[in-house]
Amino acid sequence: MKLRSTLLSTLSASVLCITGSAALADCADPIKVGVLHSLSGSMAISETTLKDAMLMLIEQQNTKGGLLGCELEAVVVDPASDWPLFAEKARELLTVNEVDVIFGNWTSVSRKSVLPVIEELNGLLFYPVQYEGEESSKNVFYTGAAPNQQAIPATDYFLEELGVEKFALLGTDYVYPRTTNNILESYLQNKGIAADDIFVNYTPFGQSDWATIVADVVALGEDGKQVGVISTINGDANIGFYKELAAAGISADDIPVVAFSVGEEELSGLDTSNLVGHLAAWNYFQSAESDANTDFIAAWKAFAGEERVTNDPMEAHYIGFNMWVNAATEAGTTNVDAVRSAMYGQEFPNLTGGTAVMLPNHHLAKPVLIGEIQADGQFDIISQTTEVPGDAWTDFLPASAVLKSDWKELGCGMYNVENEICVQLTSNY
Amino acid sequence: MRSALIALILMICSAPAAVAQTLQPILQTHAVEIAKPSRRSVGEALNTITRSGVPQATAFLEQWSKKNIWQRDDGVFLIGVADGDILTLTDVDTQATFSAPKSNYKRLKPNGGVRRLIGTALVQFQLIDPDLSRREAAVASIARRPEAAQLNPLLTSIDAETDPALKVRKIQLANFLSALFAKDPADRIAAINILSTDTSIESRAVLNQILSVKSGVADTQPKGNIAAIHNPMDAPDTYYAALVNEGLAPAKQTAADIKRALEFNIVNGRIAGFSLALMNDPDTRETAYAVLAANGLVPALITDDLRNTALNEHVFYDLYDEPNVDITAVAKTALGSVTSRVATAQVADLTLDALSLASIFFLAAIGLAITFGVMGVINMAHGEFIMMGAYTGYVVQLFVPNYTMSLIIALPLAFAVTFGAGVVMERLVIRRLYHRPLETLLATFGISIALQQIAKNIFGTQARPLTSPDWLAGAWVFNDVIQISHIRIAIFVLALMFLGLIIYILKRTRLGLEVRAVTQNSGMASSMGIDPDRINMMTFGLGSGIAGIAGVAIGLYAKVTSEMGSDYIVQSFMTVVVGGVGNVWGTLAGATMIGFGQKGIEWLNPSNTLAAQTYMILFVILFIQFRPKGIVAQKGRAAGD
Amino acid sequence: MQNKFITKNPSVLLFLLGLSLFTVVVSICSEAAGTSLISTSFLKTLGKTLCLCLVAVAMDVVWGYCGILSLGHFAFFGIGGYAIGMWLMYDRTKTIVVASLENNIMPATPDEITDAIGSQIFGVVGSSDFPLIWAFSHSLTLQLAAVVIVPGLLALVFGWLAFRSRVTGVYLSILTQAMTLALSLYFFQNDTGLRGNNGLSGLQNIPGLEAKSQATLSLWFFWASALALAAGYLLFAWMTSGKFGSVIRAIRDNEARVRFLGYHVESYKLFIFTVTAMVAGVAGALYYPQAGIINPAEIAPIASIYLAVWVAIGGRGRLYGAVIGAAVVSLMSSWFTGGSAPDINLGVYVVKWTDWWLVLLGLTFVAVTLFFPKGIGGLFDRLSRKGEQT
Repeated sequence: MKLRSTLLSTLSASVLCITGSAALADCADPIKVGVLHSLSGSMAISETTLKDAMLMLIEQQNTKGGLLGCELEAVVVDPASDWPLFAEKARELLTVNEVDVIFGNWTSVSRKSVLPVIEELNGLLFYPVQYEGEESSKNVFYTGAAPNQQAIPATDYFLEELGVEKFALLGTDYVYPRTTNNILESYLQNKGIAADDIFVNYTPFGQSDWATIVADVVALGEDGKQVGVISTINGDANIGFYKELAAAGISADDIPVVAFSVGEEELSGLDTSNLVGHLAAWNYFQSAESDANTDFIAAWKAFAGEERVTNDPMEAHYIGFNMWVNAATEAGTTNVDAVRSAMYGQEFPNLTGGTAVMLPNHHLAKPVLIGEIQADGQFDIISQTTEVPGDAWTDFLPASAVLKSDWKELGCGMYNVENEICVQLTSNY
Repeated sequence: MRSALIALILMICSAPAAVAQTLQPILQTHAVEIAKPSRRSVGEALNTITRSGVPQATAFLEQWSKKNIWQRDDGVFLIGVADGDILTLTDVDTQATFSAPKSNYKRLKPNGGVRRLIGTALVQFQLIDPDLSRREAAVASIARRPEAAQLNPLLTSIDAETDPALKVRKIQLANFLSALFAKDPADRIAAINILSTDTSIESRAVLNQILSVKSGVADTQPKGNIAAIHNPMDAPDTYYAALVNEGLAPAKQTAADIKRALEFNIVNGRIAGFSLALMNDPDTRETAYAVLAANGLVPALITDDLRNTALNEHVFYDLYDEPNVDITAVAKTALGSVTSRVATAQVADLTLDALSLASIFFLAAIGLAITFGVMGVINMAHGEFIMMGAYTGYVVQLFVPNYTMSLIIALPLAFAVTFGAGVVMERLVIRRLYHRPLETLLATFGISIALQQIAKNIFGTQARPLTSPDWLAGAWVFNDVIQISHIRIAIFVLALMFLGLIIYILKRTRLGLEVRAVTQNSGMASSMGIDPDRINMMTFGLGSGIAGIAGVAIGLYAKVTSEMGSDYIVQSFMTVVVGGVGNVWGTLAGATMIGFGQKGIEWLNPSNTLAAQTYMILFVILFIQFRPKGIVAQKGRAAGD
Repeated sequence: MQNKFITKNPSVLLFLLGLSLFTVVVSICSEAAGTSLISTSFLKTLGKTLCLCLVAVAMDVVWGYCGILSLGHFAFFGIGGYAIGMWLMYDRTKTIVVASLENNIMPATPDEITDAIGSQIFGVVGSSDFPLIWAFSHSLTLQLAAVVIVPGLLALVFGWLAFRSRVTGVYLSILTQAMTLALSLYFFQNDTGLRGNNGLSGLQNIPGLEAKSQATLSLWFFWASALALAAGYLLFAWMTSGKFGSVIRAIRDNEARVRFLGYHVESYKLFIFTVTAMVAGVAGALYYPQAGIINPAEIAPIASIYLAVWVAIGGRGRLYGAVIGAAVVSLMSSWFTGGSAPDINLGVYVVKWTDWWLVLLGLTFVAVTLFFPKGIGGLFDRLSRKGEQT
């Protein structure tokens, strides 16, 4: 592969043309795709699905004739939900297995763990999960949602459509909710919501005692304003929260709740009949109606099993992987720098309709969907925006508003537009 | 208002008026707003529909808000119900029914905000509808969006109301609406006075709405119903910012402003005569800025003196939106009395929450109170027994779909399963380690990791649903402040039952006597004909079995995952140790202390639950250091280690 | 005297020889030496394992020799990591910030520099103001001192309170576990100022040594870890061999009797508890720059229990047992969970080691506690005794 990258792409293309079907034989080594998702430990349930999705995508690509005439080979490792192990496994993938690209990670802390390694060894990582933003690495493409692609549109929906005047921001105490809530607090105040009308609460992972917090939220309604809850509560803790909500008889008509970390899988842990009408915001729902999505779901069920559901990060991998394939084809090589240059402006159809575009800040332009929980545990999509360009540095916090990421023109992920200085070339891990 | 009433009359009489009897054309004139409704733009379409007087409008609106309206390719709206790919459609006017494939139709999905508006629009039709559920829906809509126009229809509907509960609710709502919207101030004051004993959130909302204020700043005190005049010196910077916002004063320069101004005024590499290299000192920067300001190149620095002068030249006030002084005065008094009632209620509610938390801790720890407290066996797999109980509940629900029935089966079954597991563990492992307590800790920990991982392998890491039956799902509501979910009450009752049961077994039964005998002196007990092996096995089984039942209860109230046990294990041991080992009352005292302590700290810092847990553990550590035998310390020989 | 000590304890010499041989072989095989037989990522794993061995030795002294089953020593390990991590993050960020501020028109004020460092480190999650806990993070010397002083002080205060109140046995174990839990929850809080769940990251980049490749740095850290393990082993072997060693072993076997003999038991225990905590801190400070990231999950109560598991499997009361246990179990753990262990196909069911390793470990642990209380080290004892007999 290294040899290939040194060849001029035109030359290799012409060679391919002449040799034709002999091209596969040309590939003594298949192109290696690293899959860095936890297969054990606390994150296994979420990440195993993504590993399976990657295996399916690679298999599909191979039946289509592989990439650049070569077969693709998945190299799967298990970082076991252990954050330092992510760094170790990433190094192993890049130096021992010599993969050309890595698809992986779920939690922010695992991404922060991998970043220095990827940047040191000039690897390429596709990160598929919604995250808190405020980061831009030359070596990472963020195919999940930045806050302005999930949190801000959902808040707009609360303000515009539901007429919410008082906000409860409930989150699990870690970086994603903290950052998102900071951004939202600032955004809401810009929109004329008084600081007193924003209630913020943080709970530990796996919190189960929600009675007091739900009572606090209900009490917010005492000045006659419409109250809404924006939830960045993570994982299992949601179950206790929604159970308490249902027990207190809070309907979505009284106090709507929009969640950013609750998908089809989280809902399978509880009875949703009392939660009908509460909301979630994502870039993808399984219930999205499009031909591409129908095909994708059918392929997924055929590959992984009839009972499996699809979710937002899977779509992110679907888009990311196909963009990478197209970019490598365009560049005629899987060399990281060449692929990266070819990635900018890549377009690929979303599963929800419309087209995703890769921006120079390594984020996607994607539509934002808001779904209402239904009694069967699926979401009914009631709002879909046009494509929103992902923003690495939020515009709603003074410190980040002056920062810009543009790897194509400026060659810098943390560019201060005010005094026109590139703050740093590595990312802020 | 009048047109609405006319529409109402038309509805009731169903008079064959000359107005259009077909709804579809009206819908088509607003086709865009109806197909893609938004809260801000749908109002006009709704008005036209409700004012049209077409009798089909009610049905259409109801179906619309239930997401049952479909739009055909040609734009026609139909009521439809989907079954697979086939739609059963009903014409909005003719009520003709027919079937068609789904592909040519698009479902309308009004969002929550639009649905609320539709509900409000429906109020006038539904308020006197013969169907109780529709009347209830109308009343709920009024409660969500009180409007002045609703007052009279609501008042007129009260007399005819047949359902007593709804009638009470209507009277209450009418009172809210009168307080807000009645024409005669005397009526409003009377209504407000009634509210002063009502602690409900709605009533507080009404009072707060009447008392809503606008803050402002002016040169002189304005006319009107003034709520308060502020002293700007209480928070000079905040009030100055308000002044700047109003455009009444220049903004105060920040360090960044000064920096920018200095950079703008560089002349030949020097600022106001200072060389650039000196600018790493903030004092020099300020001096340079002062020089520039003196030369008129930059606006003068707003010093604290300048700020204070500006503040003193202005009046900062809060002005009531309500012009009538009498009304605001009465409302303020009413709110004052409500607030003090609410404060009392909140204390009661917090106590209730603390009691509930204590009972959960107690329930999780009570099995340990027996195995660790009475027998002195430290069982790190206790949490996994709780988990096993919860999964038993889940598995039973898979086979028995009736939630009440499944609960009745699950409770004894969970006891049996964990009792069995406890007995097996006692025979295989613990029996061999009775004189090596530290090793028991380690061995049971090994069992704990193995059990946890086995649960993961069987059930996956995702949480599993364990749903309470309907009679346990709701909450006991004393008023809007004091309420507690039924499941928490059930846990409380369960905890009390276990307390009673264990005390009864230990103090009043043969088994209890033998247990105490074996615990105090095993050799002597065995010489009296007691089989210590059997007693130990039974006691351990009992403690484990109770953990299983606790697991079902905890799973019902929170979640069922393979790691749920480890959430409770450290906490449970602390509960037992703090309370005092060897005494069930001690465990009760420990749980109460930890539950109340944690709620107390949470109350002090409501935005950070994690901190409350941290500081509670720290407190417990310190408490044990100073009172190592716990709250209820054992005395005499039994206290020996 | 030293010679006497060595001749009395031949196993120490044997261990040191083995360790140096191992270090030399690994060094020759490393990427930095050019042979590349051992990849840098595996070299890091080996280096980290040496640090784990060191903390296991400390654990063995406090538990195997002195009988205090502390379920909190991994917390001290973590504190050591945090202490060094703070300096690493601060200094690395400072270099970046100063370089970017040099492009400014005006030289930056000291406040501007600290503000910029703060907002880089804490991002939008905190303010740019440094929390008090970072007060010494600018100084390598002070943070290095903190690596030993903070764990030592915490152990001293905690131990003093606990031993003074005669909290012993399982009570003490539960109490140390509660301490670990409280500490990890405290670190986990965003308000603490240690970046919450994200922890401190990028620790493998050593400020001032940016030019060196990770292959070289990893080798240096490997050497440092080997040296620390050797020094720690020697220290503890010396401590446990003389009269002092006899006293602490006596405390383990019968605390009351030692007290009646006139020894101040509490002081001995406190000394052991504190010294081992300090060594654990050193081990942590060497471990986390190799791991690259530290976060509160590292010091969760479970980690300390695993430490006890290693020592128990390796064999309590013998220092080399702890080393063997830590090395074998932690390397096996990473092998089995790494997905490279072959699955066992039983026909009806395929045993995947990623799923079943923990079950095996748990049950092994039960078996070791029940049937081989002396662990793997016990086997060595038996072998050497056989050797003597023949």
